[in-house]
Amino acid sequence: MPRSKINISDKIEYLSILDEKGTVDKTLEPKIPNTLLIKLYRSMLLTRRFDERLLSLQRQGRIGTFPPITGQEAAHMGAAAVLRPSDWMVPSFRETGAELWRGRSLESIFLYNAGFSEGARIAEDRNDLPVSIPVGSQILHAVGLGWAIKYRQKKDVAMTFFGDGGSSQGDFHEGLNFAGVFKTPVVFVCQNNQWAISIPRSKQTRSATIAQKAIAYGIYGIQVDGNDILAVYAAADEAVNRARSGQGATLIESVTYRVAVHTTADDPSRYRSDEEVETWRKRDPLIRFQKYLTAKRLLTKKKVEAFEAETADKIQTAVDRAEEKLKDMGNPLDIFDHVYAVLPPQVAAQREQFAKEQAETEQEGHHG
Amino acid sequence: MAKLTMVQALNLALQEEMEKDDSVIVLGEDVGLDGGVFRVTDGLIQKFGTQRVVDTPLAESAIAGMAIGMAAYGLKPVCEIQFSGFSYQCFHQIENHAARLRWRSRGRFHVPMVLRTPYGGGVRALEHHSESREAYWAHTPGLKMVIPSGPRNARALLAAAIRDPDPVIFYEGKAIYRAFREEVPEAPETWPIGKSQLVRKGRDVTLISYGATMRTTLEAAHELEEKDGIHSEVIDLLTLSPLDDALFIDSIKKTGHAAIIHEAPLSFGPGAEIVSRIMEKAFYYLEAPIARIAGYDIIAPLFGREQGYLPGVQRITGAVRKVLNN
Repeated sequence: MPRSKINISDKIEYLSILDEKGTVDKTLEPKIPNTLLIKLYRSMLLTRRFDERLLSLQRQGRIGTFPPITGQEAAHMGAAAVLRPSDWMVPSFRETGAELWRGRSLESIFLYNAGFSEGARIAEDRNDLPVSIPVGSQILHAVGLGWAIKYRQKKDVAMTFFGDGGSSQGDFHEGLNFAGVFKTPVVFVCQNNQWAISIPRSKQTRSATIAQKAIAYGIYGIQVDGNDILAVYAAADEAVNRARSGQGATLIESVTYRVAVHTTADDPSRYRSDEEVETWRKRDPLIRFQKYLTAKRLLTKKKVEAFEAETADKIQTAVDRAEEKLKDMGNPLDIFDHVYAVLPPQVAAQREQFAKEQAETEQEGHHG
Repeated sequence: MAKLTMVQALNLALQEEMEKDDSVIVLGEDVGLDGGVFRVTDGLIQKFGTQRVVDTPLAESAIAGMAIGMAAYGLKPVCEIQFSGFSYQCFHQIENHAARLRWRSRGRFHVPMVLRTPYGGGVRALEHHSESREAYWAHTPGLKMVIPSGPRNARALLAAAIRDPDPVIFYEGKAIYRAFREEVPEAPETWPIGKSQLVRKGRDVTLISYGATMRTTLEAAHELEEKDGIHSEVIDLLTLSPLDDALFIDSIKKTGHAAIIHEAPLSFGPGAEIVSRIMEKAFYYLEAPIARIAGYDIIAPLFGREQGYLPGVQRITGAVRKVLNN
């Protein structure tokens, strides 16, 4: 009758390559081509400035409620950057940078947040599922995609994103468990931004890390400094290669911080201190990456200014174009589209009735 | 032609569709070697292998959620949830994603999945194994809700459901899984989703039902004719959503009387929608109030007392006589 220790061999590692000061650990530095580094920087910059612009547009009432991502660019973009176009991405709602990186247009994000589903259209060349608002529920879709990829004997992978809050959902645990059992090519990326609206990470789970939950499901797990784009990239690269070569799934906990509001309807002063936010602002992933690139002589002050100007232009053009488009969103019948492959007779009749009412309203408007 | 039970007919449909199309994948708890708790997937794993008949861990939400991902990729998953009482554990996956992915991606993706699950009472089962909650699904835009009533239409409807580009919730009345056999043609056949069927002609009253209660309804119609000389016209809905009202509206215009029979609780049940359609489209033809013979608005009782709860022949004949004597 033994009462003995069961040795679980898995160890959870923490990976950090580029620190707050911009100092890089040369032994761990991933070999990323210079062109890709610059592309990543420009994309992060675009993500940040667009996020800031969306926030001001929301405050002006030009778009609706949206979840800002400022400060989390590295935490998700570093992971998405290792994907091939044929790979699949299954986002939650705080991966704007990864979506832009994968080819979603600024205009489409603007339109979606302005309340029009035209912005939700996923382009044919993007293997990405749309943003998913019910927290954690999208995780299982990545497992299904991974299962299908394996069944069709393709070398692609499915990467899904969620937050520390999402890790409390049953679907997270079921997803990791299924991925473990079926050894599907999936990479689970948890953007641990410390807060699920007002609930801190410490009240979300008693575990020391979220990454260690991988052990229970027999998959790989790693925790990385999510504000260090090099660490996120390196961990994701390893995980994606592992998935591609048939060695199964990985959970990456990308430790970051939500410096902004949960959504524009949120008031964080009710539940956290400014000091805490300030501490994290100093760990800004964009500034850190800029220091790294400057030290590598890939960036100069002048170049940064040029990128800033180019970014501002790009955003202005997109916002102008989207606002122009908004003037022509007149077709209310659109709400009946894409509900079924073919509208059932009952719904088709409702659409017809709705069209008639709309036409009457419009006519009254003209007379008035 | 072979005389099959509904379990065998469903199994036949699965085999036929799997043979025809390698994107059809069966998944669920115990669907492999065990052949499913009701044996609907019996023998499939031997024929198609573990790659196409997937025994999953015990988690309904993951079964549905994984199927959604598989469907987005282009596969046609057919999931089995062992009892409809456990399907609420995946309700959010169906409501939030299966029903919406087409809409949410503006047509880029769609979810051609089928969720099969046994429903209803009458087999002396445990708690959570006997209810009839089809209204949940029929109330959800983006879904289709199908309920066959016997071996032949079960086979034809399951084939149609698997081929349908939209998600289909497929309820199988466990009381009729093995209750009777029916001739099922050798050649594959389908029955269009969204089309009801006239199963008995009559001039006095229109009886509307579906699923497991079809049998009871037909028995009641027979008794009404034998004992009272009442000729019932009987409509089998087969699909709850989208609901085909053409046949029963036409029938009521002729008979002027109607009764609706289902196991689901009365209030806000499918009967309420059917009555509304009759009010909108055949009000002036009605000669009496419409009767609804349904489950009571209570928790489905444990099996010791379930017979009284389920709409039986007596309750149906009694209600129909009342409709006609009005």
